Amino acid sequence: MSDTITVNGTANPLPDDPRVSLLDFLRHDIGLTGTKKGCDHGQCGACTVIVNGIRINSCLTLAAMHEGDSVTTIEGLGTPDEPSALQRAFLEHDGFQCGYCTPGQICSATAMLEEIAAGWPSDASESLEGHIVTSREEIRERMSGNICRCGAYANIVAAIEEVAAGGQS
Amino acid sequence: MTVHFKQDKPDNSNRLDGMKQGVLGKPLPRIEGLAKVTGTAPYAAEYPVENCAEGVLVTATITRGKVTSIDRTSVLSMPGVIAVVDDEKLCTRAAQGTANEAPMQGPAQICYWGQPIALVIAETFEQARDAAKHLTVEYLEVDGAPLDPGAVDPEEQDDETVHQGDLANAMAEAAHSVDVTYTTKGHASAAMEPHSAIAQWDGNKLTVHASLQMLNYNIAELADALDMEEDNIRLISRFVGGGFGSKLGISEEVVAAALAATQIGRPVRVVQSRQQVFQTVMRRSETTQRLRLAADSNGKLTGFGHEALVSNLPGESFAEPVLQSSHFLYGGENRELMLKVARIHRMTAGSVRAPGEAVGMPALEGAMDVLAEKAGIDPVELRLRNIPEKNPEEDLPFSSHKLAECLKQGAEAFGWECGLRKPRQRREGEWWIGTGMASAARVHNIAEAKARVTLKSDGTALVETDMTDIGTGTYTILAQIAGEMLGLDPEQVLVELGDTRHPRGPGSGGSWGAASTGSAVYIACKAIREELAAKTGASEEELELREGKTATGETLTSLLDGKDLAREGHYEPGEIEDDYTASGFGAFFAEVRVNHYTGETRVDRMLGAFGFGRVLNAKTARSQCIGGITWSIGVALTEALEFDPRDGHLVNCDLAEYHVPVHRDVPDVEVVLVEERDGAASPIQAKGIGELGMCGGAAAIANAIYNACGARIYDYPMTPDRVLAAMPD
Ligand code: FES
Ligand code: FES
Repeated sequence: MSDTITVNGTANPLPDDPRVSLLDFLRHDIGLTGTKKGCDHGQCGACTVIVNGIRINSCLTLAAMHEGDSVTTIEGLGTPDEPSALQRAFLEHDGFQCGYCTPGQICSATAMLEEIAAGWPSDASESLEGHIVTSREEIRERMSGNICRCGAYANIVAAIEEVAAGGQS
Repeated sequence: MTVHFKQDKPDNSNRLDGMKQGVLGKPLPRIEGLAKVTGTAPYAAEYPVENCAEGVLVTATITRGKVTSIDRTSVLSMPGVIAVVDDEKLCTRAAQGTANEAPMQGPAQICYWGQPIALVIAETFEQARDAAKHLTVEYLEVDGAPLDPGAVDPEEQDDETVHQGDLANAMAEAAHSVDVTYTTKGHASAAMEPHSAIAQWDGNKLTVHASLQMLNYNIAELADALDMEEDNIRLISRFVGGGFGSKLGISEEVVAAALAATQIGRPVRVVQSRQQVFQTVMRRSETTQRLRLAADSNGKLTGFGHEALVSNLPGESFAEPVLQSSHFLYGGENRELMLKVARIHRMTAGSVRAPGEAVGMPALEGAMDVLAEKAGIDPVELRLRNIPEKNPEEDLPFSSHKLAECLKQGAEAFGWECGLRKPRQRREGEWWIGTGMASAARVHNIAEAKARVTLKSDGTALVETDMTDIGTGTYTILAQIAGEMLGLDPEQVLVELGDTRHPRGPGSGGSWGAASTGSAVYIACKAIREELAAKTGASEEELELREGKTATGETLTSLLDGKDLAREGHYEPGEIEDDYTASGFGAFFAEVRVNHYTGETRVDRMLGAFGFGRVLNAKTARSQCIGGITWSIGVALTEALEFDPRDGHLVNCDLAEYHVPVHRDVPDVEVVLVEERDGAASPIQAKGIGELGMCGGAAAIANAIYNACGARIYDYPMTPDRVLAAMPD
């Protein structure tokens, strides 16, 4: 596909203005406001989306750089009628307060669990190779790019831990 | 129909405990939670508004002086640019909490570096941002603005001053005494949602979607700023992405959006950049605090001194109320308390979560640890020995007092080892390991509030108030209160918040929202129960409602007979405010590791035990506590605003340079909710919990650092350089 970005399965034309960040494209141009802007500088993680399976800060990349890419936002992970396992776990464990960092946390956690499954090590991993245990420390290290000023971390980790262990599915 | 209740006496009837639905206090998930986790909850900047133009603020690059010219032509020819707004009604500061009037206006007069001076409006955000950077502004600078709080003659805040007995003499005669000076750096609220507003006109009516905590005050502030009637304004804040004090009063973008929409005759959105939020909204003042504690040989305080220096801009009424809980937390008949404000030209100082205790308690509780060591008494025991019978300054009883229970239950749950303590008892490799504790206290605030409850003919209920939910759990607890009173599952209760068209209350701030507006909902529901009871021939006290039915099985729908039943509850605190000292209390316990070679501190576990009246929802209350404890970690270890000594500008104005705790900084956190009923606090026997969790927690960490490695530090945050400098060999 050319000239388009696919978001949650739907193709959208690229913006005319090359300065439009992927974040502003999602929030403004196509009206998917579930992805949040907390800092616009790659410092908070509120804008985390999944591009071709990898989590990125959508404020740090221009929409024009994503021609042909496939983007999944919080709206693409689940809906109020059919929430994903992580969305349900966040609700159950109160993994949020104001909710503004939450879509970023959930997108980040969704892709993060895939990274662990794929065997990508982190600073908290015991070894650079082999199976990685989804410990709390492992989750905390890998989620540290997602700031929650409300301080819901303890509950966010509990929610992710439950899903990693196969809960809420 | 409005039912007014002014509370002059404690209400110990605990009526809510006798209701039959059994939902109040339960750890229910948030009723708006599904919207938040699926990204469908709309925050202020996210409302789809046709033909909306985008505004970007331009801020000053001098500290004090005047704007002499703004060259509009420098940007008006740029693509998409519509207009430049430099109206004299533009606000240059955010309003202080409960100000109820416009903050400082007049953008041509500059009082601090970073002050908003104009707004550039364009068709798109990208165009407006670019043009804002290109706007040519000329200034006339006035040199010599005072910037250092230690270098000016400060003003004394007379209403905070206490001279009681003779502290100097008590210090001289004390068996054990402590005279120490602590410092704390400034803090930022750093709510995750930047301050945002969309303003649109419909004839002479203005609607503003904004991110605000206290709509009833905010509408007055906005009306005053625009010179309008409140009746012609509607403010909407249904979802607020965190506030922590920074959204108590209207901020600059709200007024700018409204003026811009007037000027161009189109809706306008203004979202502050993260850097602007840091530099133009509110900072918590830095503090210097001298603590003097005099004790007899049993560790009982005979003297208590707490003096603090804070700062703010000229003309600002707010002074970080550092001494707030020091007035009553511990006894000691000889007392000296004093608060001074240095007038300097840094950005506005105002409320940041738990103003006062957030920095006063870490200093006081650090000093108490020093005293415990000197007196050879266990720190928990020292606190237990010094809990006063009544307010030591005002001869007032406490409305309730759970400090002793919190200390004891917290110590037990944490596994606190009582007895004599010595630093450096445990080492694992490079790491020293130790524990520390501190008391928590936060004054209880309450205010007049109104809410409307409608029991619908279909047996569901609607709660309407302008109260906000800033992550605190308001939606859910109000549904629980109404559900409990009316015998309904909270899912049957629709709660509508954050709209000035609803009955008004004090909003979210000072932890007063739940008790104030919760009481208004309770009063409205009680009046509805009276009506229903009359229909059944029973008294309101006898009426049992559960799952939409009476005890005899009659349904609410049949009792209502096709008609809605609405009542507005109006709560007003009366003499209870003057007759009691009311406060939440608690205790913190922390275990930390300190690296011998790098001075790095890691918090390994933390526990807080809190008594704050009735728990309305154990899940959301616990979340407020863990949030506060997380902030305590920031205060203890990382958070510090840094100002350029040359021009007073806030240097670390983003989330990369101002270090709030992240996931890996926060360990397992345990919370013990010490249940109580405080009838003098509110008719629902509840107090606030949004702030208590950070009122002293940093001291538990500081005291644990000392216990771990022997570094006694008197300056927060305790960054590795400071720890290393204080580390014994
Ligand atoms: S908005 Fe992208 S990281 Fe903060
Ligand atoms: S829920 Fe408020 S910032 Fe995370």
